[in-house]
Amino acid sequence: MTRHASHDYVPFGLWVYIMSDCVLFASLFAAYAVLHTETAGGPAAAALFDPHFVLIETLVLLTSSFTCGLAVLAAERKNVRGVWAALVATLLLGGAFLAMELTEFGNLIAAGNSPQASAFLSAFFTLVGTHGLHIFIGGLWMLALLMHVAIRGITKGTSRGILYFSLFWHFLDIVWICIFSLVYLFGSLSL
Amino acid sequence: MFGILTSAAFIHGPIETGGQLVVVLGGVSVLLLLTFTKRWKWLFREWLMSLDAKKIGIMYLVLAGLMLVRGGIDALMMRGQQAIAVGAGSGYLSPDHFAQVFSAHGVIMIFFVAMTFMFGLINCILPLQIGARDVAFPLMNSISFWLTATGAILLNLSLVVGEFAATGWLAYPPLSELAYSPGVGVDYYIWALQIAGIGTLLAAVNFIVTIVKERAPGMTLMRMPIFVWTVLASMLLVLFAFPILTGTLAMLSLDRAIGMHFFTTTLGGNAMMYVNLIWAWGHPEVYILILPAFGIFSELVPVFSQKRLFGYTSMVVATMVITILSFGVWVHHFFTMGAGANVNAFFGIATMAIAIPTGVKVFNWLFTMFRGRIRYTTPMLWFMGFLFTFILGGMTGVLMSVPPVDFQLHNSLFLVAHFHNMVIGGVLFGYFAGLAYWFPKIFGFGLHEALGKLAFWLWIVGFAVAFIPLYILGLMGMTRRLDFVDAASGYHPLLVVALVGACIIALAVSVQFFHFLVSLRERKHRKDSSGDYWGGRTLEWSTSSPAPLYNFAHIPHVHGRDAFWRMKEKGESGREGPYEDIMLPKNSAIGLFIAGFAFLFGFGMVWHMWWMLPVSLLGIFVTILVRSFATETEYVVPAAVVARTEAHHHPV
Ligand code: HEM
Ligand SMILES: [Cu+2]
Repeated sequence: MTRHASHDYVPFGLWVYIMSDCVLFASLFAAYAVLHTETAGGPAAAALFDPHFVLIETLVLLTSSFTCGLAVLAAERKNVRGVWAALVATLLLGGAFLAMELTEFGNLIAAGNSPQASAFLSAFFTLVGTHGLHIFIGGLWMLALLMHVAIRGITKGTSRGILYFSLFWHFLDIVWICIFSLVYLFGSLSL
Repeated sequence: MFGILTSAAFIHGPIETGGQLVVVLGGVSVLLLLTFTKRWKWLFREWLMSLDAKKIGIMYLVLAGLMLVRGGIDALMMRGQQAIAVGAGSGYLSPDHFAQVFSAHGVIMIFFVAMTFMFGLINCILPLQIGARDVAFPLMNSISFWLTATGAILLNLSLVVGEFAATGWLAYPPLSELAYSPGVGVDYYIWALQIAGIGTLLAAVNFIVTIVKERAPGMTLMRMPIFVWTVLASMLLVLFAFPILTGTLAMLSLDRAIGMHFFTTTLGGNAMMYVNLIWAWGHPEVYILILPAFGIFSELVPVFSQKRLFGYTSMVVATMVITILSFGVWVHHFFTMGAGANVNAFFGIATMAIAIPTGVKVFNWLFTMFRGRIRYTTPMLWFMGFLFTFILGGMTGVLMSVPPVDFQLHNSLFLVAHFHNMVIGGVLFGYFAGLAYWFPKIFGFGLHEALGKLAFWLWIVGFAVAFIPLYILGLMGMTRRLDFVDAASGYHPLLVVALVGACIIALAVSVQFFHFLVSLRERKHRKDSSGDYWGGRTLEWSTSSPAPLYNFAHIPHVHGRDAFWRMKEKGESGREGPYEDIMLPKNSAIGLFIAGFAFLFGFGMVWHMWWMLPVSLLGIFVTILVRSFATETEYVVPAAVVARTEAHHHPV
């Protein structure tokens, strides 16, 4: 048997893919940087965002990264219960993060600050929403992993899957830190 | 249910109806042919579901060939219109239809001819050159191809249902915004490119991992063939540039679909941001296309000069320098934006700087030929044709990198002549050279040399006749994309010359297809039984032609550059027994399913059939989920079968 096992390459492939995703976010950040003063007479960032709310959001996401790390450790120890607990916790925290984000979006739109209101808001909703979309895809990925664990238990394949997923999830954390600091923190300083 | 799709989308003027009929009748006759010859099963099993990079490569090549015909017909239509729409004549195309034709031509030629052709050659050859059994992710390779094909299908569907963008190949806003392009044309443009673009990005990930991880033992980076280096550089460019395209088109589609204001003229939108972003992708894109062509020349010039490549290290360095510089020059596409003298000077100088590593490459090829015993084969002719046209194009490019000059020449036919010099004389000639050179390896038989040379001469003469007049017209002040010219302008005679040139090119393409057919008919006595058709230097020539499913019976061990040349000098063949069992990936229809759902998604976006979006996304998710549970995804080729295959190809 001389063919390589394709899975040896997955982590490297994921890293390469993640680099390209960084560029996608970079172009959205660039658009935000160009457009963030184009409020078309509407309120600017400082008046719109509630840093405390977003701080809680951030803590929720960071905690989910922590539980995701626990899932990887549990999978290494073949601890099925631990994997379940950690993955479900990650899923719930991810869901809570998304729910908070949607609440924020809903409040903004209800107050007339919809993505159609100005170029600034278009860029804001798109940047933050794209991150949210990634979180949503991460959620689907977790569901798939849970199905694997339920049907197959902890095999080499499932624990590898959890490890790959954690790469993606931590990456989303880092992107969020950039959004948190560049959009919300600088925004509330009205820079 | 049908969104904004109504029966009106099918009703066109007489000329569009012609295009409609060609697409529909062509499609139906292929379906009928397959049914009558009972080839459906064969087609799916042997080709459409194949995960073999060599077969996927051939499918890319076929797609590129078809699209070359489509894009070429568009070119002839434009040349015809400009030759007759003079003075009192209004030509046969309406201004709107003419605009759709040049937009479709540009998009098809760049994405579905050049990019597709490039991936065809990479798939067929790259794994062989690095001594690998396959690419790193064979299933993802199939998905990449099918997403590319989906983009092409969506674009061509716009001929039958609805319309295409009338905005030019980069769809600049505000023209491409809903306010000025209310039809579905721009949406077809966006979704054809988004879907094909994801395929391209996945392919780049695949080939980067393949090159980094799958090289045969002993093949260090500095022992890789130059083609592998240039593909690595090109794929890195895809990786860093294509996400910008994806993001930019996503913003445009958000403007159009839900009324955002990224690039609109109202509420703070900024159209110049689009132009900056699209060229931050667009300039690297031209290097994505040209670098592999440079790689192809660096492979064949040593073989046909019967010397090793001059200046390997400088070639590698030049490639990497070009890769990096290509991200720092995008403003040269719009010096007229008004960024100011200092910004323009910076980008002008950066652009000129790229000429230096490019010049290094040209001299390396020339020194390789110097005192070589040159064989004037078809691939070599393409190379020499390339030298002339590419140097001419390069010089006109450097000319336009001087901002004050560009203020005169921007958007003129001078520019159109310049970039066709690069994309035809550089990219296309490079890929034609690659196809002529590797054809025996890919298909197992050689090509008719005389007809191949005839095609080359027709191409280069046609090219000169079609495009040199455009330089002059540009200097006379004729702008691009004109569907009508004033008789008093004096442009008419040269436009007729350009039409003659385009017809010569059409003849050249016909000769090319004819020469494939003739060679196919004579394939028995054109068979490449040695596997080393030209006396090659690199590993792809060390296995049989066409390469067996498993590429190499034994993974080669590499001890230096030009690995196969060394093996031949030592009298090794690398093919003797005993053999081992080999694992290969099984066929899979996953790529077809994912592409099918992606098509539904794109079509739903174009026609606002919103219900199709969740359905198709769910379809993709379920497809991936089902696949993730698959276990037996590989099969074993037993050693006995390997022995039989090897004995069949190389009787002792
Ligand atoms: C085969 C021979 C070809 C002919 C005769 C031809 C002819 C033309 C013509 C007449 C135009 C419109 C010029 C104008 O604006 O007035 C055009 C535009 C263009 N062509 Fe070609 N072309 C050829 C091949 C190619 C190839 C191989 C590529 C790329 C790989 C290409 C890429 C483009 C692009 C990007 C445009 C700009 C479209 C736009 O204005 O948006 N062409 N070509
Ligand atoms: Cu450029």
